[in-house]
Amino acid sequence: MSNGSREGVQEALRKTGVTALFFGRLLAACVPALARPRLIIAQVYNAGARSLIIIMLSGLFTGMVLGLQGYDLLQRFGATSALGIAAALSLLKELGPVLTALLFAGRAGTALTSEIGLMRATDQLTAMEVMAVDPMRHVAAPRFLGGLIALPLLTAIFIVIGLFGAQLVGVQMMGVDRGIFWSQMQSAIALKDVTEGVVKSVVFGAVLSLIAVNEGYHADPTAEGVGRATTRTVVASSVMTLLLDYVLTAAFL
Amino acid sequence: MADSQPTLHPAAETDAVIDVRDVHYAIDGRPIFAGLDIRVCQGLITAVMGPSGTGKTTLLRLITGQIYADRGRVSAFGREVADMGRAELYATRRRMGMLFQNGALLTDLTVFENVAFPVREHTDLPEPLIRNLVLTKLEAVGLRGAAQLMPAELSGGMARRVALARAIVMDPEVLIYDEPFVGLDPISLGVILRLIKQMNDVLGITSVVVSHDVHEIATIADHSYLLSDGRVVASGSPAELAASDSATVQQFMTGSAEGPVRFHYPAADYATELLGAERG
Ligand SMILES: Nc1ncnc2c1ncn2[C@@H]1O[C@H](COP(=O)(O)OP(=O)(O)OP(=O)(O)O)[C@@H](O)[C@H]1O
Ligand SMILES: [Mg+2]
Repeated sequence: MSNGSREGVQEALRKTGVTALFFGRLLAACVPALARPRLIIAQVYNAGARSLIIIMLSGLFTGMVLGLQGYDLLQRFGATSALGIAAALSLLKELGPVLTALLFAGRAGTALTSEIGLMRATDQLTAMEVMAVDPMRHVAAPRFLGGLIALPLLTAIFIVIGLFGAQLVGVQMMGVDRGIFWSQMQSAIALKDVTEGVVKSVVFGAVLSLIAVNEGYHADPTAEGVGRATTRTVVASSVMTLLLDYVLTAAFL
Repeated sequence: MADSQPTLHPAAETDAVIDVRDVHYAIDGRPIFAGLDIRVCQGLITAVMGPSGTGKTTLLRLITGQIYADRGRVSAFGREVADMGRAELYATRRRMGMLFQNGALLTDLTVFENVAFPVREHTDLPEPLIRNLVLTKLEAVGLRGAAQLMPAELSGGMARRVALARAIVMDPEVLIYDEPFVGLDPISLGVILRLIKQMNDVLGITSVVVSHDVHEIATIADHSYLLSDGRVVASGSPAELAASDSATVQQFMTGSAEGPVRFHYPAADYATELLGAERG
């Protein structure tokens, strides 16, 4: 048993090292990739458009639930005027970045992994190499940068629509005063709260894109290999999102 | 194992574009090559033949610097591939065109954009020129009409022809073909054969053709190598090979499963394994 767990630890360390090396190569490839903004924009569109609908729907329902639960909780203390702040803070600092990241991993991350994995399996990456085109620069880096840019944008959309949903329930259904809902929110939210949300979404964007691209790039070049890599993307992304969320929250306290 | 000495090629050492010398290479401890010697001469069509799984594709990966030999040297254009830095390796690859066994077209681009891909990557030619260039190459493989199709809409043979157009679009000095004839109908096969020959005759492109289609290849090759068990077992012009009395060559030419060339992947003794399965 101890033998097995030692091997497991070794394997995990090895994978971490490989990923770190890959990250270094990826960053190096990002510099020349910036000279081709069209490839990056195409990937922002790819990752963003793929997830837009589910982000908007999830944002709306999350906001509506916040409106209901927040109202139910706050009215016990006679503090329903604080509903706007409560909804805004939870969306901005936690629910927005984390839920968007989880949805992004399931939708755009898996698509990235399987796309790159299939390019590997069908020799497309090798063909590029032989045509003297670096696939790190042409395939991996634009997808990484695209995800890195798309996730914060999607998070912003999630938060705005979530606020609209909270307002829909709180103000339109439960009768909280509209003026109080918005003005309390405006006066109570500090720059630090916004920064926390932005930092989280950028970090998630970098880590999730790295995971998706790395898994695809190193997938076994077979149908099962690509399937396994896709699963690993979802699992690793979810765990990393929640873990980093805790670390970043603690750092911002 | 080698029952005939490889005949040394008459051409002088200096005009060897690709030179593979005493190469040893193993995958997971299983030797693929054990002392391989192959020389590709300027302006000739060199055929590399051998049964499936002898490492023909692996040889092409060695030549294009995707993998490196465990021992021995592989050089291209007079420079050893293993010594090249990244920039030099890429510069060398731009002088070569390669046709992949399965085409390896980029699935997110149209046929036209696939052929235009190396041009766009490596040059700043204006759009009308790129258009002319690409359409010329597509016309040569008879697929100008398919320019706007996606790779998924092509048959295997069509995909290979598009890949050929892409391989020649940068006018390489050396063209490497991995199994160009597999899965082609007789007409496409004839077209591809003539194309390989023409590019060699008219443009002087040095060609390396990997194939196990002995009869097709015999019509165009200047020099052939027959690989088996990790080394060259026979080489010479097609006529020399056909006239060879070596058992290996005859087995390969006539397509018999029995003979010095192993048809079976290395395995435990058949009877032993069957009995073992019964017991176990
Ligand atoms: N990635 C790999 N991992 C393990 N073994 C491999 C790998 N690639 C190739 N091989 C082995 O190397 C040997 C040579 O493979 P290669 O693809 O070069 O054969 P080939 O001569 O091109 O065959 P074919 O005519 O069928 O294309 C095969 O026996 C194969 O089992
Ligand atoms: Mg092969």
